Amino acid sequence: MTKQLGRILLVSFFITLLITGLAGAYDYPFTDPFVATVVGTPSELSEKLPSKVPVKVDSIQMFPDRKVPGKLWSFSELRYSYTRQSGPAPLIFLIAGTGASFNSAKMIGMQKAFYQAGYHVISLTSPTHPNFVVAASTSGVPGDIEEDSADLYKVMQKVWQKIGKKIEVTNFYLTGYSLGAANSAFVAKLDEQEKVFNFRKVLLINPPVSLYNSVLILDALLEENIPGGLDNFNAFYDRLINAFADVYAHGEGVEFNNDFLYKAYEYRKPTSDEPLKALIGMSFRLSSMNMAFATDVLTKANYVVPKNLIIGRHDNTHVYSKVLSRLTFLDYFHDVLLPYAQSQNPQVTEPQMIKKLSLRRIEDYIRTSPKFGLIHNEDDIILLPGEIDYLRGVFGERAKVFPSGGHCGNMNYPDNVAAMIGFFQAFKQ
Amino acid sequence: MFMKTDHKVRLLFAVCCTLVLFVSGCSVTPKVDPNIAYEPPKHQAEDVLREGVVYASDVYDPWEGMNRRIYSFNYYFDKFIFLPIVRTYEFITPDYVEDRVSNFVDNVFEFNNFTNNLLQLKFKRTGITLVRFVVNTTVGVAGLWDPATGWGMPRQTEDFGQTLGHYGVGHGPYIVLPILGPSNLRDTTGFVGDTLAFNNFGPPYWVDDDDVALAFTVVSAIDKRHRESFRYYQSGSPFEYGMIRMLYTSKREIEIAK
Repeated sequence: MTKQLGRILLVSFFITLLITGLAGAYDYPFTDPFVATVVGTPSELSEKLPSKVPVKVDSIQMFPDRKVPGKLWSFSELRYSYTRQSGPAPLIFLIAGTGASFNSAKMIGMQKAFYQAGYHVISLTSPTHPNFVVAASTSGVPGDIEEDSADLYKVMQKVWQKIGKKIEVTNFYLTGYSLGAANSAFVAKLDEQEKVFNFRKVLLINPPVSLYNSVLILDALLEENIPGGLDNFNAFYDRLINAFADVYAHGEGVEFNNDFLYKAYEYRKPTSDEPLKALIGMSFRLSSMNMAFATDVLTKANYVVPKNLIIGRHDNTHVYSKVLSRLTFLDYFHDVLLPYAQSQNPQVTEPQMIKKLSLRRIEDYIRTSPKFGLIHNEDDIILLPGEIDYLRGVFGERAKVFPSGGHCGNMNYPDNVAAMIGFFQAFKQ
Repeated sequence: MFMKTDHKVRLLFAVCCTLVLFVSGCSVTPKVDPNIAYEPPKHQAEDVLREGVVYASDVYDPWEGMNRRIYSFNYYFDKFIFLPIVRTYEFITPDYVEDRVSNFVDNVFEFNNFTNNLLQLKFKRTGITLVRFVVNTTVGVAGLWDPATGWGMPRQTEDFGQTLGHYGVGHGPYIVLPILGPSNLRDTTGFVGDTLAFNNFGPPYWVDDDDVALAFTVVSAIDKRHRESFRYYQSGSPFEYGMIRMLYTSKREIEIAK
């Protein structure tokens, strides 16, 4: 009798476990990683965040003596934003992904989520953004993740010097997404020696493992998915605009807002991933173009602009944008980044440089430091096969890997926001 | 003379003349110094760009020198005049009131949607616009609220630039208008046409009070800038001028197709 009762209890216990397990299943809507990456999270399914938070946009000068060429005049001061709580609270630094600024859509989403959860937030532009290249990069040649992160660390200190008096901080935290996540890890390592902030917790969201591998993947997405090759980009663009026009004319309640891509996708689901891949590649190419041009003009790298040519503020640079639209990040690596590294240290070889641009370089530190956490997606498109398992191995129990979401597509999804905030909340006093 | 005063058109004309005088003859090519031997860069246009390839970013822009300078002028106008006014407006006005103002402005401008839907022979949309105007002006208390959208009658936005496009008029040269921003010859013509029709046959004519019309022009300008999130030189691209030129042209194509 007791035995039977015990068995019934045991069975019902397992059934309960199973049901709660199912109820907790991950319901992010897109299982195709390319759709997720492009469309993101539709606003009706996103975490409900305040529509406005009290944000201050400010700027600092890192190199007051730097002569900024006319064409880059608008980038001479580094812009950033912050939002503060009225009383004492922990402060979190956010670092943007490749080519993104402090006020990109993803950064604003994170800023609101952390503000709502009771943090002071400082949002920083990626070292690969032209504003950072011109205003805050010591070398002016972004791409070496260690140097870029050292620049970021200096920016953080300068910002802190400027606004720290106004803010009561209990603890410092750090996070970033995509390349910004990789930057966070290197910044944290530097902070172990310099001890300016003594970051308590550091969260990496969708980081690449090897930058080199990830840019190869992203370069290829554009090169391989425009029917007929890049010289036929215009035809691809025309089809895209026609498709958007069709959605806008006939779709219901379609407006030019954050949900436009989602509505477009719902109305006219593409039959293959090709156009989505091309769009992701295009977005990455635009970031690379902006970055490479800023570096080229600032450092006279003789990459696409003749070395001594002075480009004035109002001068036409269209031809350079066309040339850059045909060049890959790998071209930049070979023709600008590597030569720069070799000018600093002639012994540096290409394989060494490739190896340098990877989280593997600080694997031991990440493995042993309890301050790290990871949020990633099983199907992130910027990782090579095996890299997600590598990350799982390094982070162990500190890794939260979602089954879908592509590259950062699910960052605004409620489960993801909860995981992001929850990681820090567990340690907030 | 039946033409009434057209503040916007006159202002635009005056600003244009000043700027044309100010910036005429500007060049857009980087100055090449004959005494310097320019080392060719690693990747030159001659090697990379193939002949006969069409680029999405190529938009007809014969007045680029002037356009780029007006673009820059707009940045400073925004920075020192327009945006401070808009920020003051946003500071003293509760969000709720701002939304009422936006609805009111939209409702008054239904006149343009009506005439242009009619000109394009889109009768259903013309009808919706008319019913919207009646419903929102009455039930919506002079247009402060927009119950019509909730009742399945969304706004049917059309302007005279779109009407011209609808009948096959190409966009013509790209133009950056002082204060108003990106446009082209077709859309500028459209804007002037809409403004003349609005002032001579639309709400200002019905009201027949120059002070009220002027007040409305000011309020609608502030409201529009308040709703427009675009900020000059904040895109993060050194190629912003060309990007905006391409996107503006595409956006108008999409709007015309509707």
